[in-house]
Amino acid sequence: MNETLSELCAELRGAFPEHVGEPAIEFGEVSVRVSRERVADVCRWLRDAGPFEMLADVSGVDSLGIAPDVDRFMIAYHLYSLRRNERLRLRVFIPGGDEHLDSVTTVWPAANWMEREVYDFFGIVFDGHPDLRRILMPDDWEGHPQRKDYPLGGTKVEFKGVMIPPPDVRGQPSTTTGYPGRIS
Amino acid sequence: MSAREVYVGGQEWGEVVRQSGRDDTLIVNMGPQHPSTHGVLRLVLELDGETVIACTPVIGYLHTGIEKNIEVRNWTQGVTFVTRADYLSPFFNELAYCMAVEKLLDVEVPARAQAIRVLLCELQRISSHLVWLATGGLELGALSMMLYGFREREKLLDIFELITGLRMNHAYIRPGGLIQDLPDTAPDRIREFLDEFPERINDYESLLSDNPLWLARNTGIGILEADDAIAMGVTGPMLRAAGVAHDLRKAQPYSGYQNYDFEIAVEEGADCAARYRVRMREMRESAKIARQALGSLPAGPVMVADPKVAWPAQLNLGADGQGNSLDYIRKIMGESMEALIHHFKLVTEGFKVPQGQVYVPVESPRGELGYHVVSAGGTKPWRVHMRDPSFVNLQAASHLVSGGLIADAIASIASLDPVMGGVDR
Repeated sequence: MNETLSELCAELRGAFPEHVGEPAIEFGEVSVRVSRERVADVCRWLRDAGPFEMLADVSGVDSLGIAPDVDRFMIAYHLYSLRRNERLRLRVFIPGGDEHLDSVTTVWPAANWMEREVYDFFGIVFDGHPDLRRILMPDDWEGHPQRKDYPLGGTKVEFKGVMIPPPDVRGQPSTTTGYPGRIS
Repeated sequence: MSAREVYVGGQEWGEVVRQSGRDDTLIVNMGPQHPSTHGVLRLVLELDGETVIACTPVIGYLHTGIEKNIEVRNWTQGVTFVTRADYLSPFFNELAYCMAVEKLLDVEVPARAQAIRVLLCELQRISSHLVWLATGGLELGALSMMLYGFREREKLLDIFELITGLRMNHAYIRPGGLIQDLPDTAPDRIREFLDEFPERINDYESLLSDNPLWLARNTGIGILEADDAIAMGVTGPMLRAAGVAHDLRKAQPYSGYQNYDFEIAVEEGADCAARYRVRMREMRESAKIARQALGSLPAGPVMVADPKVAWPAQLNLGADGQGNSLDYIRKIMGESMEALIHHFKLVTEGFKVPQGQVYVPVESPRGELGYHVVSAGGTKPWRVHMRDPSFVNLQAASHLVSGGLIADAIASIASLDPVMGGVDR
């Protein structure tokens, strides 16, 4: 991490002492943890007082089974500064069962479709989003497919009503035939 | 984004129309199979006479769940999925995904593999821009441009087929390097193409650049100024046509781009004509980079030596197609039990990738193509998210189209160059 970015992170922590964590460096990429109550304010600060004029990406991760339930969902904001040629990742954690987060569409209009995508696939509700509805899945779809507990479904085969089991249970003993990997 | 957006769900068309609240406008559904919308893009336009007053893009018709599918496949198989996202620039998808996996694995790709990656990506940038030029020309009535553009693209696709075995969806770039080296005949074929191509661009430009009809249809149409583009996350030729000299190949060089001499194509004007000039110049620059990469191709392997990552094979491209060399088969089947076990484990289970997350961007023909890859330490990706430039750039469609004529909407969408395979993933 270069000096200007570490200074910026220190300033950011000064402005939001209880809501921004220590900057972490993973594989040469800098990320800070931001509490979900102030994410929109932190983003506004990074845009106006900081150099980040562009929101490159918003990405969701469901850590069901590998993280405690209070940290089930992680929303990663990838910020990019054209003038300083720097990147910063904000990580926001959301507990399962209370999937709400403030929208940053008023900070960067680019967030509009990105947040819709995260809503569509993870069911995270972005409060204050002007038009929060599904974007890639059909409007009447039920469930949020990128969640880890979303059933993968099997494939119907044309022979006597058999099914190819979904990919996550293939290779496990079938309940009906008892043979591993057999079509059940 | 504005209050004038029309909500388009699965409801009756009458309900869509009633939302506009005006009885003197016409709501027209363009797409998802309109020939001028570059695949299955659907635009719902509210028209006042011939003027577009609101435009709502509706996407998702080509959604195939690529990101979800990768989560139940191993890291190597992921390549065959990501290459199917943006079908005009599959090498870029493969490159960004593999670079992300390599970053997590902390492996250094051999110099020859890096140079071949650059070579193929730049050739593909040309082929992608040719499709934009051909279809964009077709949509504005320059029918001959369609024939010329696809003629040259066909030559590039033949080269890709010679090298990778497939015209599209190559799955040629793999984590750790490439699946195999260039065939012996490839450099000459590429050189042949690069020798004739600059003259071809001159032909295109003599057809279009000073053509009064082309200029009238493009100049001052679909304005997107730099500030708006940055706020909407728009990157690539769209941003460079607004006067911003931003190119990830220069700003954050990867795969050895710092070793090549090329210029960022920047134009002023921020309109469709500026985007046309940017992409034409980019094709020339790409040819320049490809020539340099071909001329300075280092010798050596095309896959990392680490046997825990490298695909266990010695592929031979014989007359009957592709297969493992007989020596290799003899070794694993007859001589070494350990080699057989290793081959079996790596092919069926795959390699493990250390826990962590990375975001790796590359400059695709349409802008910043980023891969956010999360590993939980297993043999399968925990999460792969694509930041596809078409998806983000398409948000600007409403901005480009509103206030203009419906005929100009076609020019604006063409200048966006969206590829729905990438938008919908």
